[in-house]
Amino acid sequence: MAQDIPYKSRVRIEAEAICDGFVADGAARFETDILLPAEVLLDLYGEDIRARAYVTTDPERGEMMLRPDFTVPVVQYHMAGDGLPASYTYFGEVFRKQEDHPDRRSEYMQVGYEEFGGANAAVSDADVFGRFSEVLAPLGLRAATGDIGILIAMVQGLSTTDDRRAALMRHIWRPSRFTALVKRFAGLTPMPPSRAALLASDTTAPEPGVMIGLRSEREIATRLDALRADAAEPPMSAEMVELIAAVLSVSETCPNALEHLRDIGVDLPGLLPTLDRFEARCDAMAKRGIDVEALPFEASYGRTSMEYYDGFVFGFYSETRPDLPPVATGGRYDALTRRLGQGREIPAVGGVIRPDLVLELGGLP
Amino acid sequence: MTIKLGVPSKGRLMEKTFDWFGARGVTLSRTGSEREYAGTVGGVDGVDLVLLSAGEIPRELAAGRIHLGVTGNDLIQEKLVQWDQKVEPLAPLGFGHANLIVAVPQCWVDVDTLDDLDGAAAAFRARHGFRMRIATKYHRLVRDYLRRGGVADYQLVDSQGATEGTVKNLTAEAIADITTTGETLRANHLKILDEPPVLESQATLFRSRLAHKTDEDRVILRALIERLEV
Repeated sequence: MAQDIPYKSRVRIEAEAICDGFVADGAARFETDILLPAEVLLDLYGEDIRARAYVTTDPERGEMMLRPDFTVPVVQYHMAGDGLPASYTYFGEVFRKQEDHPDRRSEYMQVGYEEFGGANAAVSDADVFGRFSEVLAPLGLRAATGDIGILIAMVQGLSTTDDRRAALMRHIWRPSRFTALVKRFAGLTPMPPSRAALLASDTTAPEPGVMIGLRSEREIATRLDALRADAAEPPMSAEMVELIAAVLSVSETCPNALEHLRDIGVDLPGLLPTLDRFEARCDAMAKRGIDVEALPFEASYGRTSMEYYDGFVFGFYSETRPDLPPVATGGRYDALTRRLGQGREIPAVGGVIRPDLVLELGGLP
Repeated sequence: MTIKLGVPSKGRLMEKTFDWFGARGVTLSRTGSEREYAGTVGGVDGVDLVLLSAGEIPRELAAGRIHLGVTGNDLIQEKLVQWDQKVEPLAPLGFGHANLIVAVPQCWVDVDTLDDLDGAAAAFRARHGFRMRIATKYHRLVRDYLRRGGVADYQLVDSQGATEGTVKNLTAEAIADITTTGETLRANHLKILDEPPVLESQATLFRSRLAHKTDEDRVILRALIERLEV
């Protein structure tokens, strides 16, 4: 009696086929361990990853993590090599706890494609997005795009203090915290009583008494100075607050979004270089045969994902199955290569496809 | 064909639980030697007493091995994913009050709110090259709380006891722990952030939503719940 092909085998066959397609287009195959040292991943992603990843201890090697994604290993592999431009493809299991969605799988397959060292960012972005949209075309998915680089340029272009810009930069990936900071810097929320009392006092250093912990008296005094300096600054202008809201609410087709952002750029000229890149990407996409006229662009897209994307971001979603997670996601992560490369930086853009979801949506021919 | 009631196996929590049930005409008592974890239930029929560590009661309720259990809602919420689908709180028992709080060294005069903690964490990471360490055993609750509070650049380090000492011992910069009066915190030169606590906890009677029940069990359980007026 013939048995059905096991589910995991069918997913693997789907994954292999997608991966083979990337290889046929010139990508090199990549493999890595399932059990990875946790330290690098925890330092990069912090508690966000600890909440989602399976961490275990090895008596000899310390904390280890079941592979939460391939990005860090593939970046490390590439950066240890000759540094010439290269593209890689891989597939394998990744592991994520699903506390908020216990019905979702905590062990699933990913197929990835990553491009390193592309001299022309617009062309590389368009190329990666183009490959994903061609592979997934038979499934009729809805594409979403965004650009974290525009948000970074927005923050850097604000006329306010360096400290406030730095605080906003840290929280680009935490929308509600970001909004709370904007409101506070603009003087729209009252100062907490404890802060008001502190500023009203003449405290410039910890009171003589017990100093405990690693954080030194000097560090405390430095922050007190910074708080006083910030309190002496005028609030961020209402105009800046409106510009931030205007940028974040842009959500239309790429050409309209670009035009809309260019209008905002009149008052926020810091945006202009990233808008030129956005336009170059649209041109490169059009050349590659992507229907840019109809492609959605959402300025806030990708903000709640893990904070390693710092440029173009994209995702593909099933409109018939809105209950499913995205079928594919990706983006540019130059900043991650800077963090892992100890000073070196390599342009990097890529993404992953979930073959299990591809299968669930009917599979690829 | 019995209802299993899990209660903490030692200390004041056990005594207060016995008192609470006693005041409602249900006599819980330990049997055998002082060291043997066995007990009986008087005043109602068909109920077995299971003496357990308070920390194990959430797991036993979720596994359906006990029908009712007394433990703190801090432990329920920390240990059970989607706890409200697994257990139902029947009644707060009015003792075992404790707050789960975040505390920092008293000498941190610049830190009173979560916003301050985030600012201090950013500067700390830049200065020391690693994330600010917060010692706790309540990883899930604290992580959720700090995420909602918008704190970044921190890491949780596990501390299963004497958590208040970790800052002085330089194994953490701040802590998140259960406190009742705050005395241990003060004695260790720590202060509580001027924010709502992570969680306000007290001993609570929970019903397992997953424990198997025969028709007879249902009758017993209903009678017990009626007697307890919860």
